[in-house]
Amino acid sequence: MGSRASTLLREEEIEEIKKETGFSHSQITRLYSRFTSLDKGENGTLSREDFQRIPELAINPLGDRIINAFFPEGEDQVNFRGFMRTLAHFRPIEDNEKNKDPIASEPLNSRSNKLLFAFRLYDLDRDDKISRDELLQVLRMMVGVNISDEQLGSIADRTIQEADQNGDNSISFNEFIKVLEKVDVEQKMSIRFLH
Amino acid sequence: MGPFLDFNPFDNLLCILLGISFTVWFTLLLVFIIVPAIFGVSFGIRRLYMKTLLKIFEWATHRIERGAKDNNHLLYKPYSNAIIAKEPTSLEEEINEIRRRGSNRDLDSASEFEMSDIFYFCRRGVESIMDDEVTKRFSAEELESWNLLTRSNYNFQHISLRLTVLWGLGVVIRYGFLLPLRMKNFLSEQVHLMCYRICVRALTAIITYHDSENKPKNGGICVANHTSPIDVIILASDGCYAMVGQIHGGLMGVIQKSMVKACPHIWFERSEVKDRHLVAKRLSDHVEDTTKLPILIFPEGTCINNTSVMMFKKGSFEIGSTVYPVAIKYDPRFGDAFWNSSQFGMVNYLLRMMSSWAIVCSVWYLPPMTREEGEDAVQFASRVKAAIARQGGLVDLLWDGGLKRGKVKDTFKEEQQKLYSKMLVGTQEDRSRS
Repeated sequence: MGSRASTLLREEEIEEIKKETGFSHSQITRLYSRFTSLDKGENGTLSREDFQRIPELAINPLGDRIINAFFPEGEDQVNFRGFMRTLAHFRPIEDNEKNKDPIASEPLNSRSNKLLFAFRLYDLDRDDKISRDELLQVLRMMVGVNISDEQLGSIADRTIQEADQNGDNSISFNEFIKVLEKVDVEQKMSIRFLH
Repeated sequence: MGPFLDFNPFDNLLCILLGISFTVWFTLLLVFIIVPAIFGVSFGIRRLYMKTLLKIFEWATHRIERGAKDNNHLLYKPYSNAIIAKEPTSLEEEINEIRRRGSNRDLDSASEFEMSDIFYFCRRGVESIMDDEVTKRFSAEELESWNLLTRSNYNFQHISLRLTVLWGLGVVIRYGFLLPLRMKNFLSEQVHLMCYRICVRALTAIITYHDSENKPKNGGICVANHTSPIDVIILASDGCYAMVGQIHGGLMGVIQKSMVKACPHIWFERSEVKDRHLVAKRLSDHVEDTTKLPILIFPEGTCINNTSVMMFKKGSFEIGSTVYPVAIKYDPRFGDAFWNSSQFGMVNYLLRMMSSWAIVCSVWYLPPMTREEGEDAVQFASRVKAAIARQGGLVDLLWDGGLKRGKVKDTFKEEQQKLYSKMLVGTQEDRSRS
């Protein structure tokens, strides 16, 4: 269990992950031990079942959508690098990062990337648009059986109406950003580490 | 004959030495372990042993940390302590907060649904991926310091020669001395209470019993949190109980069958366990007979790693007799008593137990509790569980220990969905009113 953790993660790998995600050394080793404890098959990758074994995630109405975000298109296994890359979206934005050199590539935890993560939860078929159907499906996931189809339909219609600006009856990523421009995304989509 | 002549004198000496040491060893065994066990007397030796071990562990941890700093290695830190800061806000509070701050509309027209609502579920979901309360209860607790057992060491590098020598010595002592000693003891016991006491000595168990005036009496039910089969030995060496449980196969089954001959225990077939009424009837029959020993039950239903108490199954609380709660807390520094039955079998587990340094634990006998007026079995069970958790310093969890092996029920997800729906629909009702 624990004794394998530090031996399997090499220093070079930790450095690479640090550069890519911005997590600190100790955060990476901790998350690695979390990764190995979830990896029941002990093959260095996580499958969807491994995630579903977490009870608190299984009862989350959007649990399946969140799990899906970890797996790239068409793949069923995620390795530690991919795991960290996805978790990096939730790293808090530090002050010294805000004024970074704009030419350098955008960090994974920028405001825009956090919004992109949320956008992808809605965009089921990954075509960069949230259609009325997709919005309905996600709404249905969140409310279960407690709201009727008509009510849900009218909620979806109203939402699209307010967000859609180019009249294509679906919400693009830019329209999504516009709707949420006043929301404190940095705080609501960040998870604070204790170390 | 030539070559043999050279060996003869050495041979003799060796034989004599072996003979003497064996006799000495055996006598020590008799004097220090079996005799006191029969009379229930204790020497202070074990406490001294414990204190010395603790000092050695502290020194060992120091050396590791110092060594790591010198070599610029980063130490692996156990993750069972919280990794992330979780805010205990409810679904409603958070979603309202997000909406209030981020709404493009004015505050008067309450909105039904905002696209930002998703942030709450999103963050909670990823938080639970990084760190959740349940899955870590089913694996052994990780320690901050090292107790010289390889099984609990994550930084196993040869940091200093002295440490390695100490570890080597530890291995020699544990496997060459403590283990055979304990195996001999384990195999040679016969009588019930005395044999439990020897077991306790055999495992070098240093048990502190608190509040013995609350010890369970006949006709009652004794309820305790469950970490390992050793719990049974610990409680049974301080009083007689009738055990309830499933018949296991293998070594456990043999032990169970032999116990039934000595004392009227209640064993169930696995199929009978599913029939709750049958179980409840057998238990209440036993309890009504006040000459019979108190029943010992572990309501969690499975072994938990001793950092928390999980949901108590209500069956034993429906019977209606007095419940005597007992809290058992092991000191993990000396040897982890948790039995992860999905990982090791019984024999493997016993081997680990017998080659640890010691089993140190505290047992608290809590004052008896009975079901109050207007309280149902579930509420009673939670009340007892909270008392046990408080006394043992364990986390009180609502989650079911059955999650060790099975999936969580859908009803919990439906509850979350219902909560969120209320938010959407509730505001609509307000609207129609105004």
